[in-house]
Amino acid sequence: MRLRYVTAALAAGLLTAPAQAQMVGVTDTAIKIGHTNPYSGPASAYGVIGKLHQAYYAMVNRNGGIKGRQVELISLDDGYSPPRTVEQVRKLVEQEEVAFLFQPLGTPTNSAIHRYVNSKKVPHLFLSTGASKWGQPEKFPWTMGFQPTYDVEGEIYAKFALESVEDPKIAILFQNDDYGKDYRDGFLRGLGDKQDLVVKMLPYEVTDPTVDAQVLELAASGANVFFNITIPKFAAQAIKKTCEIGWEPLHLLNNVSSSVSSVLKPAGLECSKGVITAQYVKDPTDPQWQDHEGYQEWLSFMKAEMPEADLGDANYAFAYNVSVLLHRMLEQCEDWSRPGIMACAANLQDIELPMLLPGILVNTSPTDFYPIQAEQLSRFDGEKWELFGDVIDASK
Amino acid sequence: MARPNRITPGLLIGFLIALAVSIAIPYVVSDFVTYQFTLAMAYAVAMLGLNVLTGYNGQFSIGHSAFFAVGAYMAAIMIEHFGLSAYSALAVAAVVSFFAGFLFGFPALRLEGLYLALATFALAVATPQLLKFDAFEHWTGGVQGIFVPKPEPMIAGWSADHSLYYFALAVLAGLMVITWCILHSRSGRAMMAIRDNPIAAKTMGVNLPLVKTTTFGISAMFAGIGGALFTYASEFVSPDAFNFFIAVYILVGSVVGGIVSIPGAIFGGLFIVFAPNYAQDLRLAYPILPPPWAIFGIFLILLIYFVPFGVWGSIERIYAWTKRKKDR
Amino acid sequence: MDLFLQLTLAGLAIGSIYSCVALAVVMIYQATDHFNFAQGEMAMFSTFIAWTFLGLGLPVWVAFILAVAASFVAGVIIERVVVRPVENAPVLNQIIVFIGLLVIFNNVAGWIWEFTIKPFPSLFPEDLGFKSDLIGPHHMGVIALTLAVLLLIFLFFKFTRVGLAMRAAAANPDSARLVGISVGWMLALGWGLAAAIGAVGGILVAPIVYLEPNMMSGVLLYGFAGALLGGVSSPVGAVIGGMMVGVLENWVGHPAVSGVVGFNLNELKLTFALVLIIGVLMFKPNGLFGLTVVKRV
Repeated sequence: MRLRYVTAALAAGLLTAPAQAQMVGVTDTAIKIGHTNPYSGPASAYGVIGKLHQAYYAMVNRNGGIKGRQVELISLDDGYSPPRTVEQVRKLVEQEEVAFLFQPLGTPTNSAIHRYVNSKKVPHLFLSTGASKWGQPEKFPWTMGFQPTYDVEGEIYAKFALESVEDPKIAILFQNDDYGKDYRDGFLRGLGDKQDLVVKMLPYEVTDPTVDAQVLELAASGANVFFNITIPKFAAQAIKKTCEIGWEPLHLLNNVSSSVSSVLKPAGLECSKGVITAQYVKDPTDPQWQDHEGYQEWLSFMKAEMPEADLGDANYAFAYNVSVLLHRMLEQCEDWSRPGIMACAANLQDIELPMLLPGILVNTSPTDFYPIQAEQLSRFDGEKWELFGDVIDASK
Repeated sequence: MARPNRITPGLLIGFLIALAVSIAIPYVVSDFVTYQFTLAMAYAVAMLGLNVLTGYNGQFSIGHSAFFAVGAYMAAIMIEHFGLSAYSALAVAAVVSFFAGFLFGFPALRLEGLYLALATFALAVATPQLLKFDAFEHWTGGVQGIFVPKPEPMIAGWSADHSLYYFALAVLAGLMVITWCILHSRSGRAMMAIRDNPIAAKTMGVNLPLVKTTTFGISAMFAGIGGALFTYASEFVSPDAFNFFIAVYILVGSVVGGIVSIPGAIFGGLFIVFAPNYAQDLRLAYPILPPPWAIFGIFLILLIYFVPFGVWGSIERIYAWTKRKKDR
Repeated sequence: MDLFLQLTLAGLAIGSIYSCVALAVVMIYQATDHFNFAQGEMAMFSTFIAWTFLGLGLPVWVAFILAVAASFVAGVIIERVVVRPVENAPVLNQIIVFIGLLVIFNNVAGWIWEFTIKPFPSLFPEDLGFKSDLIGPHHMGVIALTLAVLLLIFLFFKFTRVGLAMRAAAANPDSARLVGISVGWMLALGWGLAAAIGAVGGILVAPIVYLEPNMMSGVLLYGFAGALLGGVSSPVGAVIGGMMVGVLENWVGHPAVSGVVGFNLNELKLTFALVLIIGVLMFKPNGLFGLTVVKRV
């Protein structure tokens, strides 16, 4: 009789033990993950990122999933329109009841759902945007970025310009939105009290057909440093135009448009000589990584799972890194409840990812929600990006 | 050309049934779907405005996203910077949108059909850029946008979505009634006269400039109210959210619902919110299909072939046809 | 002064692209009374077709001619199959069909060819025997080819029987039928020609802006503005309108202008275009070169 009571008490004790918070979106056989991406509209070039994530987790599932559970990655199109992101994310959270959100893309789009996900306490992980506001654990404990932030990168360029140019006169071309202004403001901050060295700043809209006119005006200002904050299409135009008119400034190109095959090649490899950018991802076309283990891993993945893809597109390298990061994180994470997953995300130690530059590691802590904060400057030599200097770690 | 119907008993019953169903919806579906219906109603209000302008007054506009944005931002600014309640902010949004439309109505007077459409097109395209303009950044939040918390539930026990839904429903129903009254008044007849034969209307003493600009104002006001409701549902405004495509959605919804009608706006709103989602679901289930928006485009074209007068227009005609058969 | 000249010439070059779009728009409008919103996307799709031919190893001019011819045929087919059912429907229904086409072309292009940018070679050789610092060979070629197309169209309408038949069908369909003109096929022809002109525009603009599915969206607005400015009843007006829009758009950012206005107009380029359009239309509602239409009661 007594044994029965003991057993019952034990059982009751186990059932009510606060060991694990309730799991949402997780069953014995599967975990649901939510993702939004622009598959249509003006930013659809980034749709390949979502496609890679889907291909990656399809592969993972074929190999048995993670901890015996299949990964159901639900990827919805938000067309880069913030109201649609709100709608699709609410669908993911309220209708699909996903465990967490993974890599939603875009700054305005993520801004629109920022407060919502935090009020619903849904982990909002590894956002695909470099805005600086995603690393504020005190105010937004459920949101975490991934890539080095735009403003920090801007600072790096500013400091480099001040160091390497005798009498700098700076011209800036920036996209007239969050991303463009973030880079610009970081750059200006990096100039410190020397902001008057900027002789001309011009914006452009994504709807503009070309930035030729802007480049002409910037060149005419007599600047010898050119900070080019443009997305791939316009970056290629700008580089080409600069070349055409014979303007040869110190050309600082934002990392977003640093892909050799998507930007420099269309612009003209000769024209792109001397362009500087800050890198953290291995450019897939760079011969120096051919024998690298990480590159080999990425290459065999691409060949097996995405054979039609353009291997030169750096977006695939970027996306692979994040997929691998999530995979590793889930594998070493004990508790798959929402708070548990958030805790695991905030506890990444020195993780090496296959397509990150050597020396750049992923680190997070409960007070540090910026997984990657290091970059290295590189110069284009006509064929590939040549890294120089040390890895610059903004967290130190 | 179609004219608004008399209030037949059938119509009244239909309206009451629709109202009853609408009131029941939040109790039957999830908060998320309620929120989707609220979005549909926000669009429906804007579409109603376009129906008045284009369907009943013959002035084209593919720029209603601009007035939608005006309303949305006005509401956001009133709440964020002046601490107004959502309800007062809506009123301000309505008034400001009215004047925006009224003012635009003046240059619009000189433009006919195609040219007016293109001028409104330019207006729609220029709007996001204006919203991002540095000088206004303090008010508009620039590219960062403004966060607008959902209004507190009107009645305790309701969720915020539930409460907002009823507010939107009340606004939509109210505006539909107001529209019906306007269309049945002298002004309404003047509007339609201008649509059907502007020169004749003028010779009969209709004050063309006044009626046309006022109609533009009313239409813009509706769009602005829709924009404010949309903002409350989405809880966020940002400049690029109000691009030209919104104007296209409003136009498409109006035509699909039936541009020369009042209830058509409801069908339009429902279509524009649920059809793209449905296309996406279809595509996710059958990846071999073309991309969701291509499916949507095909569906849209087919719809306009087979339902050329819009959903409500077709309902009207079917009803008239059955009535004629009965009368024989 | 150098900057001013450079801006003007760059403006003329991009303006000629706008002119091509404007021409295609005017073409369709003149021939069919339709205003095809899908013009830009169709042009983009044609350019992708050309790109596919290039991928097969064909030389640029061959790919160009094949793509233009294919676009002509496609334009005819689209009119007969997709537009015909709404030929007599209210204008708004037609607009919806065009919007549907726009959405379909844009997304199908992205589906087939992806959204990453692709470099597209210029039709014109790098070395033309003389060089100018102010304007590159491609830009010069663009202006020249656009003007040539305009001339061909002018000659077509004025001196050929088919051209005359098309004008008749557009001006007065009923009378045209009475004299034996097949109005339906004239409409189809109009669409075919517009699609061909659009293809030319697309292939001319791709080397400058890079080929990708969203290539034409920015160009379309300015193309429409050009057509509007010049007057949609006038092909010559369309071309001049397009060039004007291109040049004015570039002038807007010139330091001198900012000096006068007090702030940098570059941030409000689109608004400027809007004000320009409305301003012109206030004084010349039918565009600068358009015909004033007298309406009878």
